[in-house]
Amino acid sequence: MAAQAKPERLAIRASEDVVAVRQYVRKLALDLGLSLVDQTKVVTAASELARNTLIHGRGGSVTVDIVEGAGRRGVRAIFEDHGPGIPDIDRALQDGFTTAGGLGLGLGGAKRLSNGFTLESKPGQGTRITIVRWKA
Amino acid sequence: MGEFLLVTIQVDMHDRLALQLQEDLTERIAATRASGVLIDISSLEMVDSFIGRMLGNIAGMSKVLGADTVVTGMQPSVAITLVELGLSLRGVRTALNVERGMALLRKSHEDGRHGGPG
Repeated sequence: MAAQAKPERLAIRASEDVVAVRQYVRKLALDLGLSLVDQTKVVTAASELARNTLIHGRGGSVTVDIVEGAGRRGVRAIFEDHGPGIPDIDRALQDGFTTAGGLGLGLGGAKRLSNGFTLESKPGQGTRITIVRWKA
Repeated sequence: MGEFLLVTIQVDMHDRLALQLQEDLTERIAATRASGVLIDISSLEMVDSFIGRMLGNIAGMSKVLGADTVVTGMQPSVAITLVELGLSLRGVRTALNVERGMALLRKSHEDGRHGGPG
């Protein structure tokens, strides 16, 4: 995957930042020409993951850009934090699993709403989650 | 009695703001003894699990306070995404637009008054 434009890195430190992430991802999705449904999906996935970064990761950042791979282009967002990490990734991806009193749809939901989803996490060191939504 | 509360959400709400709305609205329902609450979300370009949960909470709390809730105007792209996210908004009544939402509230208010199914 080759980056198309200069990636933008946004800090996630407060709940207002989650809104800023949604708006920036929406802007790139629009620039790329994603359909309205695909825009909504990637923005919603980004919102869930930005909230996870804030709450579970104790703050962090997201890097958003437009990437190219296998002859197509997509919006990519990489969420990074240096929080406690996810001890059991399989369990964390299950719907209904929550440690924060939410609905437990964040991770699994974000995965379903994305075309590409990678999760790297080391207990005690942090988490990095990458999502991509390709232009159909 | 029988007053309806109308709420239009027109900004991209951060989580604290959503919680504030939930609290304010619950207080207003109690204070006005409203029998129905209509929440129009036609301006919302996204509903994630947090906002979805807020809508469910409002519906639950207003029910306890004796009011019906109807959520109106959800954009199709938002509805498609919500389902894929895994949120069914069970317990939240929805209508296509404000007009139909009001009709729903009026009907359940009338049914309730005449002892019919409500």
